[in-house]
Amino acid sequence: MSAVRAAQPSVSADLRAPGAVMPPWWRLYPSRILTFWLVELRKIRHDRTELYTRAVQPLLWLVIFGETFSRLHVIPTPKGISYLAYLSPGIMAQSALFIAIFFGIQIIWERDSGILTKLMATPTPRLALISGKAFAAGVRSFSQVVVIMVLSVVLQIHFDWNPLHLLGVVAVVVLGAAFFSCLSMTIAGIVLHRERLMGVGQAITMPLFFASNALYPVKVMPGWLQGLSAANPMSYEVDALRGLLLGTPSSLLLDFGVLAVAVVAGVIAAAALLPRLAR
Amino acid sequence: MTAEIALPAGAPPDGAPLPVACSELRVSFGTVQAVDGISFSIAPGEVFGLLGPNGAGKTTSIRVLTTLIRADSGAVSVFGHDTRGEAMLVRHLIGYLPQQLSADFQLSGYENVWLFARLFDLPRRERKQRAREVLEAMGLDDVRDRLVSTYSGGMVRRLELAQALVNRPALLVLDEPTIGLDPLARGDVWERVQELREETGMTVLLTTHYMEEADTLCERIALMHHGRIRSQGTPAELKARLGQGATLDDVFRHDVGAAIEDEEMTGGGRDVRRTRRTAQRLG
Repeated sequence: MSAVRAAQPSVSADLRAPGAVMPPWWRLYPSRILTFWLVELRKIRHDRTELYTRAVQPLLWLVIFGETFSRLHVIPTPKGISYLAYLSPGIMAQSALFIAIFFGIQIIWERDSGILTKLMATPTPRLALISGKAFAAGVRSFSQVVVIMVLSVVLQIHFDWNPLHLLGVVAVVVLGAAFFSCLSMTIAGIVLHRERLMGVGQAITMPLFFASNALYPVKVMPGWLQGLSAANPMSYEVDALRGLLLGTPSSLLLDFGVLAVAVVAGVIAAAALLPRLAR
Repeated sequence: MTAEIALPAGAPPDGAPLPVACSELRVSFGTVQAVDGISFSIAPGEVFGLLGPNGAGKTTSIRVLTTLIRADSGAVSVFGHDTRGEAMLVRHLIGYLPQQLSADFQLSGYENVWLFARLFDLPRRERKQRAREVLEAMGLDDVRDRLVSTYSGGMVRRLELAQALVNRPALLVLDEPTIGLDPLARGDVWERVQELREETGMTVLLTTHYMEEADTLCERIALMHHGRIRSQGTPAELKARLGQGATLDDVFRHDVGAAIEDEEMTGGGRDVRRTRRTAQRLG
């Protein structure tokens, strides 16, 4: 046995220089995000059930809630835009929110099963790990863009199909999902248990949804609720989606800015709590 | 085999940095002192066993070494690199198999390995080939495209070994690699580890509950209890202390046995829970 070992180069000679293996941060982060992206795509490919079941809820919202409220004419919409059309971007954002807000369950599952421990022992900084996970949630929410776009054709909603706008729509939904998944992972880092995360998730989903412009314009809300809505990233997401899909007046620059800042803050918060999950 | 390779602790043979040098390591969780000032070192190419009952502090020590948690005091270096200051570099040097089953059941065997090839920044043209290589070495080549959820416990463990090897680690860290496996699968995992180190001369740090396995595999052993190292040496040395015919089981009972009842105090409960969870996933 010692002969075998003698034939080997000494272990220290085999050591790679630190610079040779570790890419610089501006390559490391995109690389890790891409990695988790690809992994998520593979998972979706292996099990498509979630894709189908996730299509049901937006369908129900548009067909049942949307069609009914369109008849009531109680919600003021911009000129020439039906309530159903007005509602669709809101439902797009909402269904992406529903996916992302429970993403922390996956982190807790990975923690309980040891996957997280092993991921954290790879040369992946915590911020890169969380960024990767956040944008993996974005991949899942992308399916909701497709669902709503298909439904819009079926329900004869006139969206702007300008490819550049569609690209913007995908970017907005992915950013939104990244933020809400970070929120979810942050909560996961605090509560540490699946059941508690479910509870908290349930409790905050509805306020996030209703205290936003997803279902109705902000100006019909009472003052205090308008304040909440202004602090809710969901409102900026919906505002951008409406602007891009329906051409309604919106402040795209502000929307993108708020979402980007929210994602960065979310990634930092979730990454700061990650060691709690690793213990 | 063991006596022949026994190295004096702490003395690198040719001035090269030691694979692991751990000095006066202390870690506490709240009021529990999980690791209470342990020191040991591992020589190049050595198989070193960290043994002890549930809650002895083995896993905590390993978690410091793999940069997952920080020690309150003391230091661990891996090939001369501090686990605290040079965490990313240390991670590049280690292949780590945690106590729990840690393969992703929603992916295929190949995808699991491929993921780690990416996370260890293997060059693009090398990734695929290296992933195939380690899968083949672990005898999983013909099942590599099946979902891991269809694997047996032994296969999952071998897949995890493949994952841990994809970056050509200089130090392999195995935390209870055979826990929850049936005797056949256990033997198989150990055989693979043996083959590996005969081929690569890799340094191995492992923890296990199974004394007879430690006896045949490890060149040196540290017996831990309540966060401290109770005894350290080659299996032969440890057994010789108790006289002729003694087994490692006897050594374990002698060094640890008396105090084994008050386990809960050192987090034994959590350890057992983790073990059960692994057993559950194995079906």
